[in-house]
Amino acid sequence: MARRERIRVLIAKPGLDGHDRGAKVIAYGLRNAGMEVIYTGLHQTAEQILATAAQEDVDVIGLSILSGAHLSLTGKVMNLLKERGMQDKLVLVGGVIPKDDIPKLKELGVAEVFRPGTSMKMIMDFIRNKV
Amino acid sequence: MFDREKLKEIARRREEWEKGTLKQALDKLGFKREDVAKQVYTPLDIENFDYTRDLGFPGEYPYTRGHQPTAVPGTIGLDDRIRYSGYGTPEDTREHYKYLVSRGFNAPSIAFDLPTQLGYDSDHPLAEGEVGKAGVALDTLRDMEVIFEAFKDIPFDWMRPNFTINAPTAVILSMYIALAERQGVPLNRLYGTTQNDILKEYTVRGNYIFPPEPSLKLVADTIVYCSHNMPGWNVMSICGYHYAEAGATGPQELAFMFSDALAYAEVAIKAGLEPDEFLPRFSFLGGCGPHFFREIAKFRAARRIWAKIVKQRFKANDPRSYLLRMPAGNARYTFTLQKPLNNIVRGTYQGMASLLGGTMGGGNSTPYDEALGLFTEISRRVADDTPRILILEGKMGEVLDPLAGSYYVEALTNEIEQETWSMIEKVDSLGGAVKAIEKGFMQQEIARSAYQYQKEVESGERTIVGANKYQVEEEEEIKAMEFDPTVKERQLKNLAKVKKERNNRLVESTLKQMRKAAEGRENIMPPTLEAVKAYATIGEICGVLREVFGEYVAPGFI
Repeated sequence: MARRERIRVLIAKPGLDGHDRGAKVIAYGLRNAGMEVIYTGLHQTAEQILATAAQEDVDVIGLSILSGAHLSLTGKVMNLLKERGMQDKLVLVGGVIPKDDIPKLKELGVAEVFRPGTSMKMIMDFIRNKV
Repeated sequence: MFDREKLKEIARRREEWEKGTLKQALDKLGFKREDVAKQVYTPLDIENFDYTRDLGFPGEYPYTRGHQPTAVPGTIGLDDRIRYSGYGTPEDTREHYKYLVSRGFNAPSIAFDLPTQLGYDSDHPLAEGEVGKAGVALDTLRDMEVIFEAFKDIPFDWMRPNFTINAPTAVILSMYIALAERQGVPLNRLYGTTQNDILKEYTVRGNYIFPPEPSLKLVADTIVYCSHNMPGWNVMSICGYHYAEAGATGPQELAFMFSDALAYAEVAIKAGLEPDEFLPRFSFLGGCGPHFFREIAKFRAARRIWAKIVKQRFKANDPRSYLLRMPAGNARYTFTLQKPLNNIVRGTYQGMASLLGGTMGGGNSTPYDEALGLFTEISRRVADDTPRILILEGKMGEVLDPLAGSYYVEALTNEIEQETWSMIEKVDSLGGAVKAIEKGFMQQEIARSAYQYQKEVESGERTIVGANKYQVEEEEEIKAMEFDPTVKERQLKNLAKVKKERNNRLVESTLKQMRKAAEGRENIMPPTLEAVKAYATIGEICGVLREVFGEYVAPGFI
């Protein structure tokens, strides 16, 4: 159940990956579905992402990674999340993720992983059910 | 070209056909006229078609029919191009290329990892997790030496390497020049390409370092340097491809690509060059999307538009200035994760469209496991054989521009040309590509198109076989190439060794020269060449430039 009227979502691009088509499309979609969406832009460090997440008081952090560096980048974000006591935030990962890495990401604390072929609706429904 | 009286008769007959034969068929099927989109094209759709004005002959203005007057006989181009690739350490990539050279390929197309593309060394904190992933990790000239050991039996003046590098083009180009110098090959005998297309990085690819103004200064430096020293080198590969991958429609892809080209031409002219001194060395990169006939028309329109731009805006004298030398890669965004063997079909029909549309080296195909990772031996073989089958068995390359004269294709070519001009004019009205980028115009246009595409996919209006229709429940997933976890460690050892063995004082002095040249806005190529030869790292060189030029910060989300 949403704690407030509008669910607040941060869409972030960690690391050096410059592919942002998916991140932007999801951002538009969630915004049109009535959520408050903040998009970080490219080349974000874990520190920057969490600072924005805290500042914007988001419910959800969506990491978009298509460079293959998803395990190390997600690991950094999740560690910092724990350090700062921000584990109440729902963390989602989207991008080019091999099937075998999904359980590893979930072990890190990621709630769900969205791979190519995901629809905006899938993400919206997941967020609405979990927040 | 069409007789007025004959056109009137065709119009009359078309109306009869619509009211008679067509209506009867629709009634039988239970459809109304509005349910059926335009399916039949006639001379009426290209009433003012003029062969010599609109098409002409291949290799002549307006180049609609092709930029060359003849198809290259035999199998040239079908056998020798190494697919865009690179991964791990330079040693890993060398072995990969060695294997491909033994299979008959001899032109490297090097993919660099993200830290390299962004001017960071492999030991930079931001390189964490990214070293050797999206391409090969490269820090110094030593790494380039190692990679090119794979091509030691191929003479430099015979090779045509492609370097997909943008922001640090000067560094990579200097490394190649350094290698050539050692081989005793004069610079004017070097052929190849550096992508060097920084504007599209701001809009759709994301691998920028410095802000636009100094970046364009660096671009001008490379254009001037190559125009004087390396006339055989394609100093840039101006890309429409990435615009399409990010969601742009055909006209947007072309308009933004041409607008970027105009911005580059402008800086070259400001730097004192005549159009004929640089236009012949501008090359382009297109993409071939899913709509078969529209893509063929798009390539024809693209050649005609560029020819008109060069004539109207530059009044170039050298016929080579007019050529849109543009290969077109498959639209990788259409390649599905699900049912990946279907991607063979996508690669095939998009390859056909590239070929029939007359693009350079037409018929290229992408391996079917593209959505998963670097290709395997099997997937590469199928992709390499695809154009061979199209051309050698299907004979699709025998006749140039075979669809010319088709009412449909000519009408589409005109339509796409008109839409592209409109978009070019829009960008012009904003002050050109750089201003349009600063205002976020291109980014907004593309994001909107991408969102529209996704809405169509989710509503079912747009079918993606295997992904939103004809799906299968459980699928055996193709194994992507396993990533070697020792890559970073091995590359850091390489880097440490170079730093230990080089003359660090010389490096310092070359970096001082770099700073001086950057601050004094001198041509960056000569000092970069010196720095590279002293084994300064890409991070050290770009670090100096970052200090002088600053870093680009993208405007907030639109």
